[in-house]
Amino acid sequence: MSENGAERTHLLELRELSLSFGGLKVIDGLDLHVDEHEIVSVIGPNGAGKTTLFNLVTGAYRPDAGDILLDGESLVGLPSHKINHRGVARTFQTLRLFLNMTVKENVMAAQYGHTRSTIVEQMLQLPRARREERQINAFAEEKLGFFGERLMGYRWNQPAYSLSYANRRRLEIARATASRPRILLLDEPAAGMNPVETHEITELIGKLRTEAGFTILLIEHDMHVVEGISDRVVALDHGVKIAEGSFEEVATNPRVVEAYLGTSATVTK
Amino acid sequence: MSTESPSGQPATSPQIGVDEWVRRSGERTAGPGGLLRLANRTPSIVLLAAFIGIACAIPELSSSGYVIGVDADTLLYVLLAMGLNVAVGWAGILDLGYVVFYGFAAYLFAELSSAHYNIHWATWQTVPLVIAATILLGFVLALPSRRLNGDYLAIVMLFFLQIFNNFTTNGYAWNWLGLTGAHDVTGGPTGITNVEPFRVFGHVLSNAPTDYVFVSAAGIFVVAILFHYVNRSRTGRAWRALREDPLAAEMMGIPVKWLSLLAVAVGAGVAGFAGSVNGAYYQGVFPDTFMFPLLITVYAMVILGGAGSLGGVAFGAVVVNVLLEILRTPDHARWVFYAAMILGLLAKLRPWRLLAALTAGLAIFGVVVHEIVGAVWARGVGGPIAVGPTSFTTHGFFATVIRHWMVLPKGTYTAENFRIGNYAFVIVIALVLACTVIKGWKRWALFVPTIWGACFVWETLLVEQAPTTRPLFLGVILIVLMATRPAGLFGTTRVEIV
Repeated sequence: MSENGAERTHLLELRELSLSFGGLKVIDGLDLHVDEHEIVSVIGPNGAGKTTLFNLVTGAYRPDAGDILLDGESLVGLPSHKINHRGVARTFQTLRLFLNMTVKENVMAAQYGHTRSTIVEQMLQLPRARREERQINAFAEEKLGFFGERLMGYRWNQPAYSLSYANRRRLEIARATASRPRILLLDEPAAGMNPVETHEITELIGKLRTEAGFTILLIEHDMHVVEGISDRVVALDHGVKIAEGSFEEVATNPRVVEAYLGTSATVTK
Repeated sequence: MSTESPSGQPATSPQIGVDEWVRRSGERTAGPGGLLRLANRTPSIVLLAAFIGIACAIPELSSSGYVIGVDADTLLYVLLAMGLNVAVGWAGILDLGYVVFYGFAAYLFAELSSAHYNIHWATWQTVPLVIAATILLGFVLALPSRRLNGDYLAIVMLFFLQIFNNFTTNGYAWNWLGLTGAHDVTGGPTGITNVEPFRVFGHVLSNAPTDYVFVSAAGIFVVAILFHYVNRSRTGRAWRALREDPLAAEMMGIPVKWLSLLAVAVGAGVAGFAGSVNGAYYQGVFPDTFMFPLLITVYAMVILGGAGSLGGVAFGAVVVNVLLEILRTPDHARWVFYAAMILGLLAKLRPWRLLAALTAGLAIFGVVVHEIVGAVWARGVGGPIAVGPTSFTTHGFFATVIRHWMVLPKGTYTAENFRIGNYAFVIVIALVLACTVIKGWKRWALFVPTIWGACFVWETLLVEQAPTTRPLFLGVILIVLMATRPAGLFGTTRVEIV
């Protein structure tokens, strides 16, 4: 809450966040914030706790300690779908599309939280059900149109499994944006893409901010992507934040180098 | 029966996101046969009207009470299958407690319209109340799905079925938590009898099945239209999303737990209506009706027709119930058996030389065995092909062929001769197992005695034992379906590989 006028409220703020699996501390006293219209990248070696961080924010895990605030209000303890309604949407590192639904249905399904008609209204096709159906249909087409021609036209009615890998990644982003979030959590959007596609997705993430107005928290291994779009970079290792700042600052930080390459002693051997 | 094609190539499973394959995905999912394509192209409302029209025309066209009775039973099954389809086909929940809702509704209807409690409500009061109560029960019994899913939920739901069976069977001396004396709630093993028929607008429905054909048909019409719209709207999409990936659905703002409850409850509502019809139509409710075999039958209908497709599950219900009825009469069952076998061979055997060789082998094998047995043991070939003077397989060409090809000991279908059939049964099972292990030309050679043996077992044993044959037939159908069209007849082929 911003009763203290001097302190600015961040859009997403993690305070002293901790989570352990048994004796293993996956996230350990993490502080992190993302401001409106910012793109923040989270980097770190495998097992650093990046995806766990997303799982905590979206409510898949409940933190042992600490707090997660969206625009000053705590998300801890809310079920995942409520967190989504509050304005957090994510994509998955391992794609999790509704494979046997059509492309458009995938995007329409994500708007469940923004429609109100009851099952009885749908059975009887009462005005509200029909109006909402028209609205989300148009909205889905608009969201798919964000990706140029790639997810348009005949693709709308194809099952999601028929898409190419890169298009599946695009569809996941489209689905996430269709739930009308305030902040988008993108988990390795460029994973498994070729250099051209990686370049394209980097531009797309930039467009998601400038044109669609999203705030973005990004996990990415591809440093070209991170360098290209991040306002700020946060490096994690073993659940602890080891560096934060611009890409250059973080990339040259000795602790980050150590986390990726091992200690200098090991390297010189 | 082997499922591999004769060339030894396993059936191709093109379920990887390759572009060439992907491009043609539309054609493939449209279904293989012309009939399926036609069904897919015809507007749903036309199919529904045709279905209702045929179902309602049967009582006009046929004077046989038996045929009309089968029609009424089948329509009841169609309702049940459409209800189960909501949880199983759309939301992907293993709703093994479904029969409880059907039974609960039937019992509730019976108790509200019989001398059991001396309550005689009108139909317009009972049916809505029963449906509402069943929907409520659906919500309650689905509560474990908030914490359990998959196999765990299935086990718990099965427990509910068992509890319900115990309650109905032993409910003739029920003692509510010791607060009341022993008290007859369910009528016990004999159930509740003399349940009153429906009274619609002052018109009392007779106990003839014709009236209930119309009642069920009207129910199917309404349910099909309502469900068609739900499936296309927000709730239906959310159900499919949670079937595809519950975690992703939850993260995309879909309240998965609530929608699971809703799916089970909506299905229960249909079972509520079907249960009321059951109570009124059969004029009684009996605990044996609502047990595990019914659950398997309705599940088989949903799976066979194609879980997730409304028209598919209705078709599945018709096919399964009519088939099970046909198998009751040996004469009709025989036609089904030989037709299925010949069609199966024709459809699966390539190249034609193999088919010809196998057919010739079968014919020669049968005739030779017949001659040998006839020479050694005259009584061994003296048996009848069918029992009963009206049977159309007693004389005729078909009967003559079978009589010269098959070995039928005199006194078939007597207790003493069933033993021969039983031994043969075990041998056939061993032969089938051998067929699955042995490769190459030996397998084709082995097919000859296996098929002949199966026919032998059929003629000496199974054709007369409908209670055994029916589930066996159902099992064989499901196995064949699993191998050829795992999504069900009208189901859309689903892809799981990313």
